Amino acid sequence: MKCVRSGGKGKLAQLLDTIGAQIIQVLAGMVPSGAPITGETRIARDLGLDSVAIMDFVMELEERFDILIPLDQIADVETIRDLTKAIEVLVKDAA
Amino acid sequence: MSIFAKFEDIRNTLSDLSRTGQNPLDVRFDEIKSPVEGIVGGKRVLLFGTSNYLGLTFDADCIEAGVQMLRQSGTGTTGSRIANGTYAGHSSLESQLAEFYGKRSAMVFSTGYQANLGLISALAGREDHLFIDADSHASIYDACRLSSAEIIRFRHNDADDLARRIARLKDKPGCRIIVTEGIYSMLGDTAPLREIAAVKRATGAYLIVDEAHSMGVLGARGRGLCEAAGVEADVDFVVGTFSKSLGAMGGFAVSDLEGFDLLRVAARPYMFTASLPPSIVATVSAALSRIQQDASLGTRVRANGNRLYRGLANAGFALGPQPNPVVAVKMPDRDIAVTFWKQLLGEGIYLNLALPPATPGSLALLRSSVNAMHTDEQIDCAIAAICRVGMRLGVISTARAKHPAKMAEQLALPAE
Repeated sequence: MKCVRSGGKGKLAQLLDTIGAQIIQVLAGMVPSGAPITGETRIARDLGLDSVAIMDFVMELEERFDILIPLDQIADVETIRDLTKAIEVLVKDAA
Repeated sequence: MSIFAKFEDIRNTLSDLSRTGQNPLDVRFDEIKSPVEGIVGGKRVLLFGTSNYLGLTFDADCIEAGVQMLRQSGTGTTGSRIANGTYAGHSSLESQLAEFYGKRSAMVFSTGYQANLGLISALAGREDHLFIDADSHASIYDACRLSSAEIIRFRHNDADDLARRIARLKDKPGCRIIVTEGIYSMLGDTAPLREIAAVKRATGAYLIVDEAHSMGVLGARGRGLCEAAGVEADVDFVVGTFSKSLGAMGGFAVSDLEGFDLLRVAARPYMFTASLPPSIVATVSAALSRIQQDASLGTRVRANGNRLYRGLANAGFALGPQPNPVVAVKMPDRDIAVTFWKQLLGEGIYLNLALPPATPGSLALLRSSVNAMHTDEQIDCAIAAICRVGMRLGVISTARAKHPAKMAEQLALPAE
């Protein structure tokens, strides 16, 4: 977000392009190594994260993108792709 | 597919525990002899996991008040507070609570869980923003689910992180509501309330403090962490329970804010459940009177917490960050925690087994709590038993745990 505020549209677009990859990068640090993570990965079911671990993961993403991700807004998120879309909206709103 | 298929993991875990005779849910108290002793499986055990902080469950005055009211008013109210469930005792207890906290008004709920559920869900409306500590009790999380506000977690006990997150709202409309706790029930740590109150003042937020585990325990008058930290004027709502220091059942919220009583017809968990039986209200009122008259109970429970904490820390156990009446021993993993807990029961010590996701940081914990009625000898007995099992299971080394009780006495901090 810092780059979004200071850099204008180009940087926002650049950030939006990398959200999915950044989510996977943050998640990779929280699950057993070697577990494959793709857009279709179901965050809770496939990675075995409990409810608290998922909320901690969301907190890390808030730091990464300098946004707020209200817990009630991610209740319907199941896959990495769902989460990416939700965060894209939040990043645009915050820009 | 069975409707219970979604619980298959839980079913397997419970089956494994029961097969090895280590399922905490299988524990039945045949009898409770006193605030510090019970009978499990025909064997006497010392109670170190009851959150009965002031040990008032067998207080003679409380029992007598309850028995008298039971005979006078019957077994239950059979109605909610907004129908036929408000008796003189409910109203006088609310006045007594308001006076105890020096606040304008109090509301009595049927449980502490419902106090959080009712207060938070009613206060936080559609455009509002709830900022809750990441280690909040389940009742706070459930309250968030019942409210229509936006829910944001901040890092546990991190006022700077709270300030950063509130700042991210920028000029978005809606009230900011911060929720924190006095003593956290799992690790026994206290919130940095002065710093959080400063954030509240700087951001114009409202502040709710849940004193479930700190009422009667902290503060010169037993009013909790808000009193001990000197921030009572900054706290808009104090929530608490009658099921710990007051030895009974029920919950409450107090506030100075004009309009607070409107929640009586807005907080659904207050409105749509039966009110507390009058006999319970009478025991709670008697227990609150006892706290108001006898500051030594708080002094004693704090000293006992220090003694247990210092003894276990000295023996080499990894504990929560600070001494309090809740003392959590961190276990290397879940299996050791379960075995440890079971062996302690065999040694005559009952405490709580706490496992993820109910614990912070996915920790497996042996959670103990002392009360004002524990003697030094009983606490030293618990320390010795925990050390024996700890050495047997390789959780601590033999050398450090050799004279834990003696060292606990030497190292015990003053109560204040």
